[in-house]
Amino acid sequence: MIRIEHLTKSFGGIHAVNDVSFEVERGSITGLIGPNGAGKSTLFNMVAGLIRPDSGRVWLEDENITGRRPHQLFHRGLVRTFQIPHEFTRMSVRENLMVVPPAQSGENLLQSWLRWGKVRREDRAVLEKVDEVLDFLEIGHVADERAGNLSGGQKKLLDLGRTMMTDARIVLLDEPGAGVNRTLLGKISDAIRRLNTERGYTFCLIEHDMDLISSLCHPVHVMANGMLIASGSMDEIRNNEEVREAYLGGGISGRMGASA
Amino acid sequence: MELAGIAAYLVSFFTFVGIYAILALGLNMQWGFSGQFNIGVAGFFAVGAYTSAILTTPESPWHLGGYGMPFLVGIVGAVVASALLGLVIGWITARLRTDYLAIATIGIAETLRLIVANERWLTNGVRGMSGIERPYADFFAALGLSSAMGSLIVVCAFLVLVYFLVERARQSPWGRVQRAIRENEPAAEASGKNIGRFRLEAFVVGSAIMGLGGALYAHYFGFLSPEAFLPLYGTFLVWVMLIAGGSGNNKGALLGAVIIWAIWSGSEFLMSTALPEALSGHAGPLRVLLIGVLLQVILIKRPEGLLPETTPKTVPFGKRD
Repeated sequence: MIRIEHLTKSFGGIHAVNDVSFEVERGSITGLIGPNGAGKSTLFNMVAGLIRPDSGRVWLEDENITGRRPHQLFHRGLVRTFQIPHEFTRMSVRENLMVVPPAQSGENLLQSWLRWGKVRREDRAVLEKVDEVLDFLEIGHVADERAGNLSGGQKKLLDLGRTMMTDARIVLLDEPGAGVNRTLLGKISDAIRRLNTERGYTFCLIEHDMDLISSLCHPVHVMANGMLIASGSMDEIRNNEEVREAYLGGGISGRMGASA
Repeated sequence: MELAGIAAYLVSFFTFVGIYAILALGLNMQWGFSGQFNIGVAGFFAVGAYTSAILTTPESPWHLGGYGMPFLVGIVGAVVASALLGLVIGWITARLRTDYLAIATIGIAETLRLIVANERWLTNGVRGMSGIERPYADFFAALGLSSAMGSLIVVCAFLVLVYFLVERARQSPWGRVQRAIRENEPAAEASGKNIGRFRLEAFVVGSAIMGLGGALYAHYFGFLSPEAFLPLYGTFLVWVMLIAGGSGNNKGALLGAVIIWAIWSGSEFLMSTALPEALSGHAGPLRVLLIGVLLQVILIKRPEGLLPETTPKTVPFGKRD
């Protein structure tokens, strides 16, 4: 669904991402792991249109989307979440989700001034969808809360909720489990799985939590020092010598073996 | 003071409040909703005022003019001219954020004021433009009302219109996107919003509203000189009004205009009567100091203003089961 070809990006003299290529298959939950500083987030930001690659291409289906802005990618069904939750701080949770749906006629100021009835009708439809999403994520009880007041985990769920307010086809998740307690992590991982099976979302996610990765993701790609060093199932990855080396000279067995 | 004097004072007081409230609502659109730090309000105020004055005044050897257009043409001209200015400035500064935008806008406003002060063929420079009429005076005279009262009614009518438009903008999905951009730009962009377009729209509409305020000022006051568009009067007071009242809240903008104008004009009276002889020469700067201190107190004690921003009533509030 997404094809990454020879993506390269340097910052100063550092090769943050160095000639990385792989594909995210339609319907998959593809994992992207690697030690800190491996270049995962830079790669994500290039796919999501936040950073221009020095060279290489990104394809969404048959379209070359290299260098497209994030809002343009959104309208092609490519949506992302952030490592640090990006909520609209001083807006209610409900409003945070109401912002998202594309093509609201009330986003045109003249329509809002002159065709208020139509704008309100659309808003009510948007609200129904918001309530559905809040129910799905089980955060209806904080609907009126200012988003800035939510816990870190709730913000992650809200971020995920944003992707559900549009007809997303592929969602990039940047560390959906970071800083989230075990209970909430289970909930987030359930939500991802259900979105994948029930709504046909394709996911590509960066994560450090190996339990989450091994229970959700297939295949898994491993990056280190800006390069792709391994791809395959979680079992194959675990037994890969190069991967073990990358995670601090074998330290990976401690981190990756926990659930093996 | 006799009753008629008090009445006349109140009419003038509320006319100024109305004009400043319009400026504050324009600024609220830019800063309160969209988070754009425009400290060049005076520039848009001036362009609106001079545009309407030039369009409506009779021929004069002292400045450009002689078009003698009707009042409403002057108003529309002022709105269009300041909107165009907003479009150009907004487009040029589209990539600038907060403090950089502030530097750019104050520079542009000062440039405009210097143009007004020096291009005598256009505006008669520092000697100013006089003889700007209240074209609506005859209409109100026929109703037995003074032209000052007429000004108040006209200003209030435009204020109601502007309030309606700005408040509906706030309640609409458009306003929602503006606040989202203000709160978190990357997330707004990741939610499919074309940030550049939305920011520019808020900037242009806010500028147009400021231009309208300028036109109303020109016709009420009847005389324009560059002095009126010093940053203190044209920009600083408007900012204090919005921040004191509550940025993001349109009622706050109105309340701020009333309170700050009361303090500002009241302090003139106070300083002239209560100030000791030795300080009487410093009344002007002391008033500015007073407003500055007030701003500090508000920012520390009530950073969100007297009326903090509220969730639009178009968004349901209440726990669901």
